[in-house]
Amino acid sequence: MSVLELSYMPGCTLKTKAKNFETTTLRLLELLDVQAEELPDWYCCGTTYSLASDNVINQLGPIRTLVKAKESGREELLVLCSMCYNTLRRAQELVRSDEEKRSKINEFMYDEETDFSGDEVRVVHLLTLLKEEIGFEALKQKLLKDAGDLKVAAYYGCMLLRPREIAVDPVPEHPSILEDLFAACGVESVYFPFRTECCGSYQTVNEKQVVISRTRAITESAVKNGADLIVTSCPLCYYNLDAYQPKVAEATPGFRRIPVMYVSQILALLAGLEETQDFNLHVVDPRPVLREKGLIGKDAVAAGEGE
Amino acid sequence: MNRIGVFVCHCGINIAGVVDIEAVKKAVASYPGVAFARDYTYMCSEPGQDLFRKACTSGEVDGIVVASCSPRLHEATFRHTAAEAGFNPYRVEIANIREQCTWVNSVDPQGATAKAIDIIQSLVERTRRDESLVESTIPVTKKALVIGAGIAGMMTALNITGSGYKVYLLDREPSIGGRMAQLSETFPTLDCAQCIFTPRMVEVGQNRDISLRTYCEVEEISGYVGNFTVKIRHKAAYVDWNKCTGCGMCTEKCPTKVKSEFNMLLDDRKAIYTPFPQAVPNKVIIDAENCLYFRKGRCRICEKTCSLGAVDFEQKDWFEDLEVGAIVVATGFDLYDKENIEEYRLGYSEDVIDGITFERLLSASGPTQGRLIRPSDGRVPEEIVFIACVGSRDPENHFPYCSRVCCMYTAKHAALYKHRVPQGQAYVFYMDIRSAGKNYEEFVQRAVEEDEIMYIRGRVSRMYRDDGKIVVVGADTLSGTTVEVRADMVVLAMAIRPARGLEELVKKLKIQTDANGFLAEAHPKLRPVETLSQGIFITGCAQSPKDIQDTVAQSGAAAAKVVELLSKEQLTHEPIVAFVDEEICSGCGQCEGQCTFDAIELVQRRGNPAMGIPDRTVAKVNEILCQGCGACIVTCPSGAMNQKNFRLEQVYSMIESFI
Amino acid sequence: MKIQLSRQALLSELREQVRDLSEQNLLACYQCGKCSAGCPSIEAMDVMPSQIIRWVQLGQIEKALKSKTIWLCAACQTCKVRCPRGVDLARIMEALRQLVLRENLHYVHPNMISKEDLEELPQIALVANFRKFTP
Repeated sequence: MSVLELSYMPGCTLKTKAKNFETTTLRLLELLDVQAEELPDWYCCGTTYSLASDNVINQLGPIRTLVKAKESGREELLVLCSMCYNTLRRAQELVRSDEEKRSKINEFMYDEETDFSGDEVRVVHLLTLLKEEIGFEALKQKLLKDAGDLKVAAYYGCMLLRPREIAVDPVPEHPSILEDLFAACGVESVYFPFRTECCGSYQTVNEKQVVISRTRAITESAVKNGADLIVTSCPLCYYNLDAYQPKVAEATPGFRRIPVMYVSQILALLAGLEETQDFNLHVVDPRPVLREKGLIGKDAVAAGEGE
Repeated sequence: MNRIGVFVCHCGINIAGVVDIEAVKKAVASYPGVAFARDYTYMCSEPGQDLFRKACTSGEVDGIVVASCSPRLHEATFRHTAAEAGFNPYRVEIANIREQCTWVNSVDPQGATAKAIDIIQSLVERTRRDESLVESTIPVTKKALVIGAGIAGMMTALNITGSGYKVYLLDREPSIGGRMAQLSETFPTLDCAQCIFTPRMVEVGQNRDISLRTYCEVEEISGYVGNFTVKIRHKAAYVDWNKCTGCGMCTEKCPTKVKSEFNMLLDDRKAIYTPFPQAVPNKVIIDAENCLYFRKGRCRICEKTCSLGAVDFEQKDWFEDLEVGAIVVATGFDLYDKENIEEYRLGYSEDVIDGITFERLLSASGPTQGRLIRPSDGRVPEEIVFIACVGSRDPENHFPYCSRVCCMYTAKHAALYKHRVPQGQAYVFYMDIRSAGKNYEEFVQRAVEEDEIMYIRGRVSRMYRDDGKIVVVGADTLSGTTVEVRADMVVLAMAIRPARGLEELVKKLKIQTDANGFLAEAHPKLRPVETLSQGIFITGCAQSPKDIQDTVAQSGAAAAKVVELLSKEQLTHEPIVAFVDEEICSGCGQCEGQCTFDAIELVQRRGNPAMGIPDRTVAKVNEILCQGCGACIVTCPSGAMNQKNFRLEQVYSMIESFI
Repeated sequence: MKIQLSRQALLSELREQVRDLSEQNLLACYQCGKCSAGCPSIEAMDVMPSQIIRWVQLGQIEKALKSKTIWLCAACQTCKVRCPRGVDLARIMEALRQLVLRENLHYVHPNMISKEDLEELPQIALVANFRKFTP
């Protein structure tokens, strides 16, 4: 089987706070014969996409990364983080459609070897890769474990779906790509009404009340609809939904915690790749649920713990 | 030698204020072929027409040029006067020295004068070469076809027959009645819709001048105004309607249940059925897709039950040609599918319905006998939300227009709900209240104040299901807050769309639809029931969303236009049409391909072998269908195609006169 | 609560700046409120997002700038996606914030953030926050 080769850009958080996302994904891709080469040189995407009409300088970060991807000679650039995906796609679209800004940016980047016109690289999110290029069936072949009666709540957040032009699903208000992915892997998902509602995003820095309120609504809805855990594809959503649960619990009597995991973490567990997970990175420990559903062994420990 | 008379109109100061009339007259009078050049202040006035008439009867001229305003204004006036005076009207031409000269060159009087002279002289050259033409006449078939038998089609048919003409009334459903038959009460009087409507249906059914053609579709249309041939398909009902009396025994015995389309899938009908009890004609049809016999070769109970032997499983579709002089399109509307509103889909359940479905719930002859209950569990909804403008006024994602009737029917629905469920609460999410008709505003205010309906000014952003309720999330911009309602039931006022199938029908009729898919009227203000195709008229919601009053009014107008047409003994057709010089024509057929009016065909001409003249193919123009657009003339590579009184040599002569 | 309207008041320089920075047709908004109803931060806001654009339409930019609303926006784009008239409200919010920030004012200053937060927060949160709230 021919190896699929693409460039890969982790973004700022995947190497540290969101390490689980990267380690599990890269191991999965290995299993699926996909070679994701990290770009030797990449830039912080500078999320979120800058909306002011004259803020051209803020486009340089994402565009420079795309230039590096172009220079790598590979047609596709894989991103895992939803916010990187959103920012890169929109910056690319700006350059492709606005000639004036394109020439300004290219002029400014005189140090780079090549010019960028917006068409040269295809930015691909992990979900699109799994659906369109690998195929959910091929993924299923590699899975060893049965998920039993595990129920996941697929939380999309905002950045994968809005604006419409970059959405990873053809019906952004009522998406199904994650549910289809899980169905193909034999995992039951629950539809819950807050799956495309914003988690509060960067308000987490200075307006924590907003995030507390959003996290409460989202997690309560997932629990109410029978979910055992929430999966996401965005390090910021992950942080807000996971790390804020103690704060929500403080303010809400009877609040039931629910673990949050990255999409690839679940898939990796189903593929038997337990060693890729660092459960210490979770605030709400997913191990009890995972043990109960047979996705990890009874003695599963966090990587590096207890040795 | 042709002698041309020239009149130069002052048009008040419109022309005389810019050009030097005397100079124009002098220059024109001395131009070869000109018999005289006279002027007058207003040629279109009575005295002006008198002067013109005298020139017509004097015998001193063969052709007349009137230098004045645009021919679009008074060419018809002058030609009419000429015809009455016995002068061939097609030897009268207009030289436009106003719109095309003085109005655009008013800053340069000298230049304008020279230009006026040039224009008039070129028209002299043209008029010298005009021939005397005679209008063709077409007979008129004194019958009309109305496509669509809802309130629009029915009223049009009744009005036409009222003037003494016969009408074919066609509908693709087995019964007439359309959407109005599905309504429970009508605003603003809250009259029972069935009570005011069924007498009309019976009237139509009994009218001897109306020939019903229900359960039929239009296959093909050919011909032209006054002389249409419409081929229709009678769909196989598998029941002989000549024998069926509508007694209903077969329906009772039929074992197959199918979701009723008339009742918006809320309850069942049988595979052999009439769509509703008051159907006209009161006959049954068999739904072959669901009938046990057609699907599996079993049953045939209906056949056994029918004592008149009316069931006929061997029946096939059959075709009929209708000869009519005029056609009216009254095909009505459908509601926009709520699945298109992505952000609401998470809330959808059996209890989120559209307006027509709600009408069926309200209707005393409906699936719940008028009990207002939730389709899902039969409970009475205590909190009900009505949402206006769903899919309308939404240029970004759906349709830009306002569907006009929803404000009123939503108020009606909410009020009727409150009358039946006085302990319940109704909410209406709206943007504006459009209640412009007679007694409409008062009706809405009563709903707000007396029926205590909570009107919330804002749109709904999304809805979702929670604990058996539908959570509706919207805004109240008047108070500056967002609001959430946990509803038992939601009624969506979906956008009004033209009925499905209209796209295909207009292609057959060769008429236009507008940017939103509705039938295009000939002029938005002054010609609301005509199309640009002579003899084809439009009315009702197929033309634009409207309520019953306006539909009935518009149908009266359409009927009047039909009667106007049918009352003529014959129709005249302008003779400035294309013609073929068969000596030059090689039969290449390019003109035939160009003609959008199907006015050209290729025909065989027998030769004369003895004289060495071979059989040939040449083009032939149907002078009645030809609209004189000139496309074939431009296309013709050999110059064989020409236009009467607009011949190529006439155009060249005009150009040469300028050089 | 009264404002004095005139052509001058409506076509203020600030309003033109908002129009230029956001590249939006401000008058296309017919105040339906769908954006407000879908906004995730609505419960914390003092003024509804649709009211912000109303202030802008009326030329009352100062009032809009004084609200908490423009700083509670999470750039989730829900408003833009649902607007029936195609108005990108997220860009109008950004334009208003920029009017303040470009006076070299910080809404959030790195010094304001506690040491614990700086350690705990993922980089992505700080990057995004500073992008929106610092000049």
